[in-house]
Amino acid sequence: MDFMELTLFYILAVVTVIGTLLAITEKHPVHAIVYLVTSFFSLAVIFYLLAAPLIAMFEVIIYAGAVMVLFMFVIMMLDLGRPDEAKRPPMRQWLLPLILGGVILIAIGALATSHSTMSGSTGVITVREFAVTLFKKYGVAIEIISMQLLFAVVGALYLGRRRKP
Amino acid sequence: MIVPLAHVLILATVLFGLGLVCALVWRSNVIMLLIGIEIMLNAAMLAFVGGSCHWGMADGQVFALMIMAMTSAEVSLALALVVYLHRRRNTVDVDEFRELRD
Repeated sequence: MDFMELTLFYILAVVTVIGTLLAITEKHPVHAIVYLVTSFFSLAVIFYLLAAPLIAMFEVIIYAGAVMVLFMFVIMMLDLGRPDEAKRPPMRQWLLPLILGGVILIAIGALATSHSTMSGSTGVITVREFAVTLFKKYGVAIEIISMQLLFAVVGALYLGRRRKP
Repeated sequence: MIVPLAHVLILATVLFGLGLVCALVWRSNVIMLLIGIEIMLNAAMLAFVGGSCHWGMADGQVFALMIMAMTSAEVSLALALVVYLHRRRNTVDVDEFRELRD
């Protein structure tokens, strides 16, 4: 059972990384978003494996559902999804970001090889525990987040209104 | 905890690096730049959830939820901005938006 979950984690990790890699190298924005949805779905299953079923559900509903559909909606509305007009950035633009990403990868590789794997507790977090922490310990944060969402709605309405010429 | 924390963190770092490369490379399309930011925020969420599972505390999951709410607010504002800029300049190339006045 443990072995199966471990294998599942590595398979899903590979799917996530490959999906993201295809998404960022794809020149067509609609295809990139479909690749990204694949990557987010496998990330949601990884969250489920890490004992966070609620976050896995939210990942599917909010990220793969709402946010990506919002992106798709804007691409369709602005008519950016034309395959003949899309083009990748030139090669020299890739060089410096790839060096930066390589530095990050080498750093984590060095850390992972030098550190021994830590053994953790085997506590399972139930939804009840999650909810108690959310609404008792971080009640103020909920209020602030709700205010932030309200401000985002007002800002989006202000930016999106049609001005009279 | 079956999966070692180090492996979860490695996956989160790889995802973060990919998102960083995406955000730095795609200056010709604001939408792809925002997608890069999404990938980076997801990597942060993965690190939070992995830590929460490792130490058996629910706080990490709560902060993953906070990141999700923050992201939805950020995406709605950023996409409204993209629509506004596209209406004004008729392009989504970041290099075109270098003046403060119109």
